[in-house]
Amino acid sequence: MNRFLGFVKKEFMHIFRDIRTLVILFGIPAAQILIFGFAVRTDIKNAGIAVLDRSKDEISTGLVSRLESSDFFILKQSLESGAQIDPAFKKGDIKAVLIFEDNFGKRLLNEGSANIEIIADGSEPNVANLVTSYTRAIISDYMIDYNGAMAEGALVIEPEIKMYYNPNLESQYMFVPGVITIILVLICALMTSVAITREKEFGTMEVLLVSPLKPIHIILGKVTPYFILSLIDLIIILFLSWLVFDIPIKGSLVLLMLESMLYIMLGLSLGIMISTMSKTMQQAMFTSLLGLMLPTIILSGFIFPVEYMPGIYSWLSMIIPPRWFVTIIKDIMIKGTGFTFVWKETLILFIMTLVFITISTLKFKKRLE
Amino acid sequence: MTSEKVIEVKNLVKKFGSFVANDNLSFDVYRGEIFGFLGANGAGKTTALRILSGLSKPSSGDVRVAGLDIYRHAEKVKKHIGYMCQKFSLYEDLTVAENIMLYGGIYGLSKKIIENRASTLLESLNFTSYRKNIIGSLPLGMRQKLAFAVAILHDPDIVFLDEPTGGVDPITRRQFWEMIYKASSDGITVFVTTHYMDEAEYCDRVSIMSEGRIVAIDSPDELKKRYGASSVQDVFVKIARPSNYSPNNN
Repeated sequence: MNRFLGFVKKEFMHIFRDIRTLVILFGIPAAQILIFGFAVRTDIKNAGIAVLDRSKDEISTGLVSRLESSDFFILKQSLESGAQIDPAFKKGDIKAVLIFEDNFGKRLLNEGSANIEIIADGSEPNVANLVTSYTRAIISDYMIDYNGAMAEGALVIEPEIKMYYNPNLESQYMFVPGVITIILVLICALMTSVAITREKEFGTMEVLLVSPLKPIHIILGKVTPYFILSLIDLIIILFLSWLVFDIPIKGSLVLLMLESMLYIMLGLSLGIMISTMSKTMQQAMFTSLLGLMLPTIILSGFIFPVEYMPGIYSWLSMIIPPRWFVTIIKDIMIKGTGFTFVWKETLILFIMTLVFITISTLKFKKRLE
Repeated sequence: MTSEKVIEVKNLVKKFGSFVANDNLSFDVYRGEIFGFLGANGAGKTTALRILSGLSKPSSGDVRVAGLDIYRHAEKVKKHIGYMCQKFSLYEDLTVAENIMLYGGIYGLSKKIIENRASTLLESLNFTSYRKNIIGSLPLGMRQKLAFAVAILHDPDIVFLDEPTGGVDPITRRQFWEMIYKASSDGITVFVTTHYMDEAEYCDRVSIMSEGRIVAIDSPDELKKRYGASSVQDVFVKIARPSNYSPNNN
């Protein structure tokens, strides 16, 4: 046991003495959370708009102030003529222009309908889509309130839309599970495979194999520090996302940790498997990056939903472990479901882990023959 | 050097597919002796050394190391041997003291014993002031000497050295061989492969391999007499494949 502990201690020394390793271990997770959280957004907040109000009546000004009072928009400019629209867009701080026609309020009251034109900046299609749909929602909301206030008893059917589990459609809800999935694969598989191949490349692996340390002890000694550090990273990510972005964990924290440990083991066994197949650290690094990181980002369902992937990709995603883990962690964190809903995914991850360990063991034995 | 056999090899064969790397080797090594294992590149000496040190398994044949059968007691054998390979074997990002502590710990020595032996060996090497230096900051010759000292820290019966002096300057090589003599006089059997023929002269006995077979095995003086040569180098050129031999080739 002392032999083993000494070996684990040595592994920690390698990690803490290498600044690059430390950056990957602690810098990248924190940076990813903050970058994804602040920069990569699929919802809008404080989008600049301009208004060209040709009517300036009670209803149009009311509508504008309603838009302004929402968190989504900020009124940047009030335009006086159609000629100002183009320069306003070019200035770059607005995403849309709202144009109220002449006598907007009067027409609405007399003729029962009036026109608002929404011109959105199509150079960013996603933002434009969101801006227009948010605007329409606020307008129809406003009209219902207005009709109600007039008490004209007009029959308006208005579907009330609720986003279950994520009422404000916050994009962070989606990326936190994604970041956890990526980071854990990165640390477990990449760092472990590189750490093991480093011993091979430097020739120290042979000295260890000649020593009374058993191969299983060598492997466990190599992965134990990464297991512990992965857990610490997981806690940092969860804590940061709670502290900075207010993302709650609806389900059981214990279950979340246990599932993560299973996924960490899977990552470690993948790392060991990669190291048995690579001769150099570079080879291990490329295999991990190309073979794991890319599929994780593209096929795990973290960015592109697996349900809508075309046939072959959907099949490919089945063999990507992160796909199952993303499902598990989303269910636990956001939906708050328990083990009965994620046991299938858990079983799949468990079987994958066993397969990777078996392959590594066979490869390792073959090398000794 | 006594007549006690610490390595006994009988009809050792190692095949990789259809390629025969070790073709029916039989030889004994005695306690305390410095045994040189010579051969051209690809002659099979590293393969044999890997089998003796437990890194590889033979295809057939009987091998006993430190009196133990390597098939049945592979794990026990490991406690009786030390190993140092041509690639550098200490951790470059750890200090001298940390490396010694690590390897001592791996061999199950107590902290106290490690500390005692460490201070003796550092003193004998004049390295005491480098205790806390990172290995990576030390010159190669110093590292090689340290690596050897660490390889025999647990006082093994046999130490296997696989081209230990590759790339080292002549003065350090000389000092390195003084360390080997010291170990040998302490009763440690030294099994060394080398490319340097002058080093072969320092051995008690040498074996010369060619194409997977041992073609000669005896003391350097006997070999020189038998082949009418002035040095082991001449013997080697006469009996090993001359076309493939290049003394500076690692």
